[in-house]
Amino acid sequence: MKRIVLLITLVLAAFAGISAQGYKVGDTAADFKLKNVDNKMVSLADFSKAKGFIIVFTCNHCPYAKAYEQRIVALDKKYKAKGYPVIAINPNNPATVPADSFEEMQKRHKEAGFTFPYLFDNGQKIYPVYGATRTPHVFLLEKTKKGNVVRYIGAIDDNYEDASAVKTPYLANAVDALLAGKEVNPSSTKAIGCGIK
Amino acid sequence: MFLSISSSHSLNHHLTLLIMKLFIIILFTLLSTTFSSSIKAQQTVKSETIKIPVYNYTQLEPMLHPKADNDTTYIFNFWATYCIPCIKELPYFEQIGKEYASKKVKVVLISMDFKSKITSQVIPFIKKRKVQSPVIVLSDPDANSWIDKVNATWSGALPATLIVKGNSREFYEKSFTYDELQVLTIKFLKQ
Repeated sequence: MKRIVLLITLVLAAFAGISAQGYKVGDTAADFKLKNVDNKMVSLADFSKAKGFIIVFTCNHCPYAKAYEQRIVALDKKYKAKGYPVIAINPNNPATVPADSFEEMQKRHKEAGFTFPYLFDNGQKIYPVYGATRTPHVFLLEKTKKGNVVRYIGAIDDNYEDASAVKTPYLANAVDALLAGKEVNPSSTKAIGCGIK
Repeated sequence: MFLSISSSHSLNHHLTLLIMKLFIIILFTLLSTTFSSSIKAQQTVKSETIKIPVYNYTQLEPMLHPKADNDTTYIFNFWATYCIPCIKELPYFEQIGKEYASKKVKVVLISMDFKSKITSQVIPFIKKRKVQSPVIVLSDPDANSWIDKVNATWSGALPATLIVKGNSREFYEKSFTYDELQVLTIKFLKQ
């Protein structure tokens, strides 16, 4: 009987583990090795001088992602020099969304003047580990002795439609807080975005 | 033949006039029919002029919370014209709305398209697809302030669906098949 109870508990625990996928603030994020638009493989470990990373799950086709392209470029320009480069990852499956193919990513990177790596989550292996659900979806990581710790998850700012009407630049505030050695608040926000597919 | 015509010249003249008159009448009838049908089409287009209400979340919220004694089942589908899985499941919502209209099921399509795209994207989409369910646009860019109010489990990804009847409500951040949606609808109808 005890064994059965134990078995049931284990099975339930396993299910709970499956349903609670993805990172929360405070978790240590996994590194990855993904192909950039220049065909070179990129890992977080390559950035020896970085203090952390602005990981943005984004894509070509989604209007929300498009609305944020130039804001992401501006964030990269501002924070790369301060040790927090942007790493963009396209999590969509091109078989479902042809506009998000690797070739289209190469075009978009060039056309939109991306100043940061734009990586392809080939086989959709990385986004579920992070728990990204939509594009754009940001994970701000801080490099620590125990690894890259998640400090902020969520939105870039509080106005997807109009950059000039932004009142709270959530992500920039979070990076500024880390740079100042302060606590990130809020450490997670939500945004409307295109479901990853 | 020629002879007979020339011999009965006056008759022929009358006939020609009659034929001409007939021809003119037929022509007018044809023309007026074509003309009136084109006017009709324009009127239909006019009567089909789609007006889309635009709400912020505060304005939308009462709709998402009908009174406890309201026995209508509301199915709110959060979607956008550019969202591929949303477009795929949209006909199922339309079908359910139609099939269960007599059982007090009401489908409301809440578009998350940008306010600036209503004329260029949303209205043409509704016309092209002949969307029957009411469509409203939720334009409230600080989504972080209201996503949790729709449902705390919603990450903000589209599509998403909220089904409400009185005090019963369920939320799904997923795509539906027709069968899944039908099962869910029937479940709410029994409540």
